[in-house]
Amino acid sequence: MASVFTRMMSGRGVALMLGSLGAGSFATSYLRGDSASVTAQEKTKLYPPSADFPDLRQHNNCMASALTPAIYSKLRDKCTPSGWTLDQCIQTGVDNPGHPFIKTVGMVAGDEETYEVFADIFDPVIKDRHNGYDPRRMKHPTDLDSSKITSGMFDERYVLSSRVRTGRSIRGLSLPPACSRAERREVERVVVQALSGLKGDLSGKYYSLGDMTDKEQQQLIDDHFLFDKPVSPLLTCAGMARDWPDARGIWHNNEKTFLIWVNEEDHTRVISMEKGGNMKRVFERFCRGLKEVEHLIQERGWEFMWNERLGYILTCPSNLGTGLRAGVHVRLPLLSKDTRFSKILDNLRLQKRGTGGVDTAAVGDVFDISNNDRLGKSEVELVQLLIDGVNYLVECEKKLEKGQDIKVPAPILQFRK
Amino acid sequence: MVQKLLILDGGISGGERASRTEKTGIFVSSQKDSQQKEKKATMPFGNTHNQLKMKYTSEQEYPDLSKHNNHMAKILTPAMYERLRDKQTPSGFTLDDIIQTGVDNPGHPFIMTVGCVAGDEESYEVFKELLDPIIQDRHGGYKPTDKHKTDLNPENLKGGDDLDPNYVLSSRVRTGRSVRGFCLPPHCSRGERRAVEKLSIDALSSLQGDLKGKYFALKNMTEEEQQQLIDDHFLFDKPVSPLLLASGMARDWPDARGIWHNDKKTFLVWVNEEDHLRVISMQKGGNMREVFNRFCTGLTKIEALFKQKGHEFMWNQHLGYVLTCPSNLGTGLRGGVHVKLPNLSKHDKFGEILKRLRLQKRGTGGVDTAAVGGVFDISNADRLGFSEVELVQMVVDGVKLLVEMEKRLEKGQSINDLMPAQK
Repeated sequence: MASVFTRMMSGRGVALMLGSLGAGSFATSYLRGDSASVTAQEKTKLYPPSADFPDLRQHNNCMASALTPAIYSKLRDKCTPSGWTLDQCIQTGVDNPGHPFIKTVGMVAGDEETYEVFADIFDPVIKDRHNGYDPRRMKHPTDLDSSKITSGMFDERYVLSSRVRTGRSIRGLSLPPACSRAERREVERVVVQALSGLKGDLSGKYYSLGDMTDKEQQQLIDDHFLFDKPVSPLLTCAGMARDWPDARGIWHNNEKTFLIWVNEEDHTRVISMEKGGNMKRVFERFCRGLKEVEHLIQERGWEFMWNERLGYILTCPSNLGTGLRAGVHVRLPLLSKDTRFSKILDNLRLQKRGTGGVDTAAVGDVFDISNNDRLGKSEVELVQLLIDGVNYLVECEKKLEKGQDIKVPAPILQFRK
Repeated sequence: MVQKLLILDGGISGGERASRTEKTGIFVSSQKDSQQKEKKATMPFGNTHNQLKMKYTSEQEYPDLSKHNNHMAKILTPAMYERLRDKQTPSGFTLDDIIQTGVDNPGHPFIMTVGCVAGDEESYEVFKELLDPIIQDRHGGYKPTDKHKTDLNPENLKGGDDLDPNYVLSSRVRTGRSVRGFCLPPHCSRGERRAVEKLSIDALSSLQGDLKGKYFALKNMTEEEQQQLIDDHFLFDKPVSPLLLASGMARDWPDARGIWHNDKKTFLVWVNEEDHLRVISMQKGGNMREVFNRFCTGLTKIEALFKQKGHEFMWNQHLGYVLTCPSNLGTGLRGGVHVKLPNLSKHDKFGEILKRLRLQKRGTGGVDTAAVGGVFDISNADRLGFSEVELVQMVVDGVKLLVEMEKRLEKGQSINDLMPAQK
């Protein structure tokens, strides 16, 4: 490869004068302005895709499993209409080799078109992550009709709180890894303006991260509402924390049951929550709030990113489809010690987390139990699945309390074909 | 492909994705075929993304620097941002790329960081309107018209072989070098970084005599090799400082990063850490002269080896050696010692003395660490506007004086007559 450079350099007629050996200094011909600089176009030819292919041998994430030199070669020189490239998508997965037990996704989208332009890598990653869902053949159902939910009231001796969250992206503006400051501020403006139109039990207030007072900050921390600058390298390597805390903020209703994060990991994260076990009401408020917000932005000519194949478009492929995580904080002191606990959760399509959220530990036998799946099942289906699953877990706990035996339930079908 | 078209709110154009005339709620066939979704990129080397920002006004894009204390925040103005924002270097590095680290790291009320980095040699030309005043501010008034003197002739150093080893525990000189024609760590692609590594390995493997040594790639080293390098204080880690991370220097770690050192462990080169090359000469004791001698000899040889292969280091008459951080321009040289100054360091004039000698103190772990057991890292504060010989001379003369002062204070004597004038 060195000979290539020699040809390139001498071909440009750069004259070098070797300085005296002792001094070690030398003067280049001061035409160095153009003669030494290599344009981007030339570099594309100098470095074939094979020269840039990342070393993924130590890696365990969905991107590393799916990316081949052939795919990289095909996609490296493409970009979306906003100029987002493959290297930018995969940077977080290259920088974070992953964990032998936990398989992270390892790539992010910069805009809506990313999923199209780089489909050759995103489709296999989506398949891997979402139980074989094939975006080329399948359609994702969206259903926000909360009236369909049954048995949505949990036993509050066990279920301490209920929560549903999702994300929404504003069509036409780049996503957090890629957005410029102006785009991010525009997202904030659009969302805050829409939220100020919410009424009744949804009426509330916005707190910009950069402008909030110490008192407001403390209150938001006490309410468990405040989000911080990301520290996880999975997020920082994707460029999501740039310009922090510019255009980031938190909106919540006066009753503190409906909450929206602006410009954290997605344009918006929408959360409905309350103490106790009334998941049906939580989901009802969730659906109503989401529809209201959508209506309010549409009045002004904006809409959410959505399509038939992938549902709601979010930054991380793991959140495509519904982007929905419905969960409870539930006490399961006996069941959690049963060796069948993990298998039961698996079969019910549920996951457990500590009470601090992802990557935290459970405290005092209280677990965060939520749905595993995001894509291929509708919101109603997933929430119903969560409700039925948690009811089953609580039943198991009660049985164990009485010294009765429990059964591992049959596994639930992955998704509707 | 079905696409919803939108009415737009005032001010912001939706670019190619939306038209101003259609109503919401009406599904119409897209007039673009799916191929228009893609464009030919000049990435990973270019930056087509910058053009997207041009549809927003400069004011909409201008960063909020109201809480910031770094050189970039001090110098950048909305008018300057407007003039520079549509420019890019031939390899596609833009103004926002230069300043991102300074936007993300507001700084410290006491410590003034630089707040910007270069992505390639041309950054200093294309964005000189921003970088020249920053350089001037950081490097003691160095003007855009000033010329920098390079002097790597160790014969020109006076003395330096007689620092008292009872006080001066070790001596070290480091600098950086960038290989012309390749992008710098914030911007380089994996292919470029690997090419720099290969060139470096080729050059270093030709060194002979007491400079003969071996390369250890970060991603290949064994546990034993790693432990040995840690014990020798040679190993560098993936950067954790947000100052470095925010500029993109840690991308693809540890690909194409490594450490070369000679068998005698007195000459060391870091490849692709914060710069293409960091060159370090060091040894126990106070013989700075020998350290500097080896430093100059080694650097000169490496430079010659690179030139044999048709490459040169980034250098020009105005900025000297060109490195990633504007604070390291000129010589990129930090010459220093670990020296025991338990008494002097408690003296209330310690800071003032160092200032007058044009020296700075750090803890024994390097920048941003604390001193341990009264042992300080004392080095030159300047990089640009003085030659290598001049800077090491300042260290040698200054440390000699500091040790003398320490000895006086040990005996309970005054040091007032030793107070230096401002250099």
